[in-house]
Amino acid sequence: MSTPTTTATAQSAAQVNRHKADWRGWKFMWPFAAVFAFVFIIPIAYAIYISFFQQRLIGGNVFVGVDNYTRLFQDQQFWTAVGRVALFTVVQVPIMLFLAAALALAIDSMKLHGTKFFRIATFLPYAVPAVVSTLIWGFAYGAKYGLVGSFNSFFGTNFDAFAPSVLLASIGNIVTWEFTGYNMLIFYSSLSTIPHSLYEAASIDGASEWDIVKSIKLPELRGSLAITVIFSIIGSFQLFNEPSILQNMVPGNAITTNYTPNMYAYNLSFSGNQSNYAAAMAIVMAVITMVIAYAVQLRSMKDQMK
Amino acid sequence: MKFGKKAIAAVGSLAMLGSIAACGSNSGNANSGSASSDGKVTLTVWAWDSTIPRTVKGFEAANPNIKVKIVNAGTSKDEYTALSNAMQAGSGAPDMAQIEYYALPEYVTRGYMQNVADNGAKDFGDFYTPGTWASVSLNGGVYGLPMDSGPMAWFYNKEVFDKAGVDPTQVKSWDEFYEAAKKIRATGSYITSDSGDAGFFDSMTWQNGAKPFDTSSDGKTVTINLTGDDKVKGFVDWWQKLISEDLIDTKTAGWTDDWNKGLDNGSIASLLIGAWMPYNLLSGAPNGDGKWRVTQMPTSDGQPAGSESGGSSLGIIKSDDKAKVDAAYKYLEYVTHNKEGIATRVEAGAFPADNNTLNSPDFLNVTSITDADGKAHEYFGGQKFNEELATAAKNVRAGYKFLPFEVYARGKFGDFVGKSFTDKQKLSDGVKAWQDDIVSYAKQQGYSVKE
Amino acid sequence: MTEKTMSASMTAAEKERAAKKAEKLRQKRVAADEKAERKRSAKAGFANVNNPRRSLTLTILSAIFAVYCLFPFAYLLINSTKTQADFSSTFGLGPGHSFAFFDNVAKVFTYNDGIFTRWLLNTLLYVVVGAGGATLLAIMGGYALAKFRFPGRKAVFAIIIGSISVPGIALAVPQFLLFAKLGLTNTPWAMLIPSLISPFGLYLMWIFSEQSVPTELLEAARVDGASEWHTFWKISLPLLSPGIVTTALFTIVATWNNYFLPMIMIKDSDWYPLTIGLNQWKSQAATAGGIPIQNLVITGSLITIIPLVIAFLCLQRYWQSGLAAGAVKE
Repeated sequence: MSTPTTTATAQSAAQVNRHKADWRGWKFMWPFAAVFAFVFIIPIAYAIYISFFQQRLIGGNVFVGVDNYTRLFQDQQFWTAVGRVALFTVVQVPIMLFLAAALALAIDSMKLHGTKFFRIATFLPYAVPAVVSTLIWGFAYGAKYGLVGSFNSFFGTNFDAFAPSVLLASIGNIVTWEFTGYNMLIFYSSLSTIPHSLYEAASIDGASEWDIVKSIKLPELRGSLAITVIFSIIGSFQLFNEPSILQNMVPGNAITTNYTPNMYAYNLSFSGNQSNYAAAMAIVMAVITMVIAYAVQLRSMKDQMK
Repeated sequence: MKFGKKAIAAVGSLAMLGSIAACGSNSGNANSGSASSDGKVTLTVWAWDSTIPRTVKGFEAANPNIKVKIVNAGTSKDEYTALSNAMQAGSGAPDMAQIEYYALPEYVTRGYMQNVADNGAKDFGDFYTPGTWASVSLNGGVYGLPMDSGPMAWFYNKEVFDKAGVDPTQVKSWDEFYEAAKKIRATGSYITSDSGDAGFFDSMTWQNGAKPFDTSSDGKTVTINLTGDDKVKGFVDWWQKLISEDLIDTKTAGWTDDWNKGLDNGSIASLLIGAWMPYNLLSGAPNGDGKWRVTQMPTSDGQPAGSESGGSSLGIIKSDDKAKVDAAYKYLEYVTHNKEGIATRVEAGAFPADNNTLNSPDFLNVTSITDADGKAHEYFGGQKFNEELATAAKNVRAGYKFLPFEVYARGKFGDFVGKSFTDKQKLSDGVKAWQDDIVSYAKQQGYSVKE
Repeated sequence: MTEKTMSASMTAAEKERAAKKAEKLRQKRVAADEKAERKRSAKAGFANVNNPRRSLTLTILSAIFAVYCLFPFAYLLINSTKTQADFSSTFGLGPGHSFAFFDNVAKVFTYNDGIFTRWLLNTLLYVVVGAGGATLLAIMGGYALAKFRFPGRKAVFAIIIGSISVPGIALAVPQFLLFAKLGLTNTPWAMLIPSLISPFGLYLMWIFSEQSVPTELLEAARVDGASEWHTFWKISLPLLSPGIVTTALFTIVATWNNYFLPMIMIKDSDWYPLTIGLNQWKSQAATAGGIPIQNLVITGSLITIIPLVIAFLCLQRYWQSGLAAGAVKE
């Protein structure tokens, strides 16, 4: 990795660095690092190890080399699931982040009646556990007795939120509901670091409200966009809680056991006696996620690494 | 330690530091209740059945040296998942577990279950109904004892059927059921609902005499023949007709709030379901009180035949600790074989698996069920419903076999067959795709497969 | 510790306090000015960018979104007043035939010998120790990343980003096996130890430390001979406090709402957190002989959410400034 460091930050780093290995940082870093190694690194290493084996009901545990990986690349069910979360990511993440950014701009503009109310109201869904929010939305989607049902009987329509073709959008709505406020807050906080003198200067120069948004606020959002995009991509690729809790409420098993890669891996390892194959899947998914996250935004995050 | 007291005080709100430091030194606190020095044994039992906890008091009174701890580790598949995990890890498994009949062969194959034949259970053959006894007698051993059973019966809302001019007691064959479904549909209701339920599919094909699955005596070869079995096809063709003509509700998933509401208000007019249903009806569809009745299942040719739906065994998890196994067997015997133990559970709604109870007048003459608040309801309008259900139990066909990986297979049913209910896919195509998946799974697991 | 360093840090701390006081006063003045100006501009019809005229259109648009955000809460509130019978027979957003709210609350706390209280206490334990610990580790780690150029620093960043891309669900198997081997499953440790890691918290504290702890201040303390620990606790930590509140809030929410981890790790209802307990109540209806208690599930859900909502409202002032000062920026 070549790091495009800026001279200014390199200087400040040099002040701290006394030209020899400076181990003092580890005094503060080690507790995090130790627990992290225990909870993440060791299990990941173990997952890599077991991904080269196969446990069979008949025949026991055998070393199979990269068989699990070659099988994975031909596994239609897996790639369907990957395709589904990819579609989800491409559609839901931009919508959610757009809403979040628009809301952050609206609240930051101070043009709302009751700014404080909106700030807290839109953030509140984040406090609701996925179990509860899925339960509530599951009710709302009920084609018979839920809100969708009432809507249908009122307007004489025949909309079905659980139909296989709209189901993904219905899940997307739950995720959007849960996390828009959270992302809004990240955007909002980065907007509020802009010194107000900048706006004054701009307006004296005759800039309109839109000009200010375009040339001052939006560029400011770019930085926080990096982090929200990365976390959102990782989140959507790991989609699990909402579809798996919704599973029992949806007719026709429209949420299959391989609806998302995570659900597939979970079902394989926990009810299919295939934890080895699931481990291989986890590793491939990690690589895919990393590549995408990197391609999309990591570059700008790397600037953080002065 | 560099974490001085002052420092901790400085972040008063983060006082949990002490407990983190303690975390490193704390170990050996993890036991799953083995026999301790004073001869007392604690048994951990995983069960989600709500009647099981009621047996603890009576048992502990009779066996003061044994303490029973019931843990709800999840319903059905969730519990099996946890059990597999714990067995794989070699720690955290319970001493006993509730396991449905369909799942038992799988865990016996994996070697999780204790054979209790020599503890005395091998002589219990005549005590239980033939179907449930066959379900626990596997590979020449006895791997658990029947807790309850679920012979299929037809529960219906008489009010809706009266309105449609149909008398279910006169509906004997599948063709007549189809005609009845049309009349019910004309009133606006659906005769029943199904949006793709593996258990229902199994029970219906079983009732029709299908034998799609078999395992060789050495356990290494499985037969999977869903697509070639005429009896499976018989059910599939009939059910397809009902789905295609919109005669059953495919939009309401079973066991949801919507489903309960449908049963409650009569828009789902009847259920083909296990005999354990009365208590669920009372709590899930309270407005149906007094309106519902039970009768025998319709069959393809109109001749009485039956099958099981659900029903669980209670088993002991394999262990070398003899004292533990003996204690566990005592509890097992109490729950499944002891008169008092069985009665405690039947009172609370369990449907019995033993012949004595099924033939006892006390049981057969019951006309009311008791709700959680202790109030009795004549939910079936004064009908002696247990009489009907006991007849259904006697009609259960013998000889149906589950796969040694039935839990996986059922989990996959919805993936492939579900589309036949919500989409345009034909039911037979769904079954074919399901079979292909099970076959390839079996091969991966090292089985030889006969199709 | 020498007397000299003590006095040096004291003065640093005093300075800090004085600066804070001045800042508070300044903010008060600004607020008063703004208010006055708002009045003036309203009268004069002149809008200032710093203090623009309120827009009704924008407010309505935002209000639509706020309704979307809040309606599920309304659903919970309305349905927590219904009995099970009403729940399954009346319209979801309409009232029931009776008002059973207090009855439901009482039932939630007494059902199954009051197991809900136990779950609530468990959740509190997980939040205090787990989220508290996660915050502390994040503070220390973030501080280290921001203020020291130690060997392996870049690797730490790469490894953390890499590791959080691994689906946690699939990691659960090896994680579970590891914990089971150590005899930690079915104990609170299985829930607590993984909760100690919050990559997002680490990231926040890193950015925050970079911006709000001046390197010169640390250098000065070091010249005075203060130890790194002393500098951290006495000088840096107070400066970081708004960021700490923010990080704590995120870790608290994450732990409070954690569902997957306890689902895998804990199969002993005595150690369930609320999320697992509620889900168990919800699914208990779907079995033979099971009794639906959706009224208790709904009321229990409401009770689960309330502490977090209260925490949000109370802490909002702090975390707002925390996020703002430590804002994630390029």
